[in-house]
Amino acid sequence: MPIVRIERKVLQKNDDIAALNRVLLRKKRVFAINLVSSPGSGKTSLLEKTIAELKGKMNLAVIEGDVQTDLDAQRIARLNVPVVQIVTNGACHLEAKLVQDALVKIDLADIDLLIIENVGNLVCPAAYDLGEAMKVVVASTTEGDDKPLKYPAMFRNASVLIINKMDLVPYLNCRVDLLKENAMRINPGLLVFETSCSTGSGIREWSQWLLTNIG
Amino acid sequence: MHELSIAENIIEIVKQNAAVVNASRVNCVKIRIGELAGVVPDSLDFCYSAIIAGTELEGSRLEIEKTDIVIHCPACGVDSKVEDLFFICPECGGSDTKMISGDELWIVGIDFDE
Ligand SMILES: Nc1nc2c(ncn2[C@@H]2O[C@H](COP(=O)(O)OP(=O)(O)OP(=O)(O)O)[C@@H](O)[C@H]2O)c(=O)[nH]1
Ligand SMILES: [Mg+2]
Ligand SMILES: [Zn+2]
Repeated sequence: MPIVRIERKVLQKNDDIAALNRVLLRKKRVFAINLVSSPGSGKTSLLEKTIAELKGKMNLAVIEGDVQTDLDAQRIARLNVPVVQIVTNGACHLEAKLVQDALVKIDLADIDLLIIENVGNLVCPAAYDLGEAMKVVVASTTEGDDKPLKYPAMFRNASVLIINKMDLVPYLNCRVDLLKENAMRINPGLLVFETSCSTGSGIREWSQWLLTNIG
Repeated sequence: MHELSIAENIIEIVKQNAAVVNASRVNCVKIRIGELAGVVPDSLDFCYSAIIAGTELEGSRLEIEKTDIVIHCPACGVDSKVEDLFFICPECGGSDTKMISGDELWIVGIDFDE
């Protein structure tokens, strides 16, 4: 028998569900962000700061993806924001189906902005569309300035780069200008914010950008 | 290690297609992976072999074809291969380029051996 040609995306099933999520979110006028980074870059810290800044100005909801535990969801729940925890039980990334199931648990009619914190991992989440409007990648200064070149897919697919832990720059040999240059050579349209969740620097600029560009 | 999940997706698609054409044996599955797909071919190969052991797909193998990253520049109309992850148009310096290949993760075809 000759080779049967298929020409089909391996992750078509995921993409189909992501498309349904996207339609639902658009219909409910919810802007969804897929927040990605290496483990510990500061995704949850950034969420906490952003929520505090946007409180009363915009209605947020959060989906927390973690391999184990609901520690991050507990941190968000303390801020009185609707949060759904997805525990992937080992899987290193969120998939559209998991997000679809989580969306049922949120009253989307009340929400302007949904932030989906993906599992800390710069490789695998790049391949799985969740139905988000945009990906935001967090890179912290402690990781060094070469990460965009090592994980190009994630930096190419993101619309916004947040360089976090700016307060630590004096103690590190991470060159922030080089980090930016490396990211922009892969994705020249990338919008960059510099933040510190310790000092709060840059959080207002990032939150203001969300306010003016969403809704 | 999402290669495991990707291998599972491949196996599901292969089984569906095997059922459609009534194939009794799968020899080889042709896969196309872009340089920017974020998938490690060796790791995918390893995961595939591990999961098919003891199933009706045992003995089949993946044939992985890699594709380069190619961008199209709307400003000058030229398509170019991306070298060293520079996504800026080498012809005119335009930065608003579109990736036209390089992130593929496709099943190209299946060789059902009789
Ligand atoms: N100095 C400094 N520490 C920070 C900053 N942002 C986060 N951290 C610390 O970094 C650690 C990890 O922060 P998280 O917010 O949990 O990071 P995460 O990306 O959500 O981590 P995972 O969900 O486990 O991938 C915590 O100890 C934070 O206090 C920052 O801007 N400066
Ligand atoms: Mg977290
Ligand atoms: Zn050009």
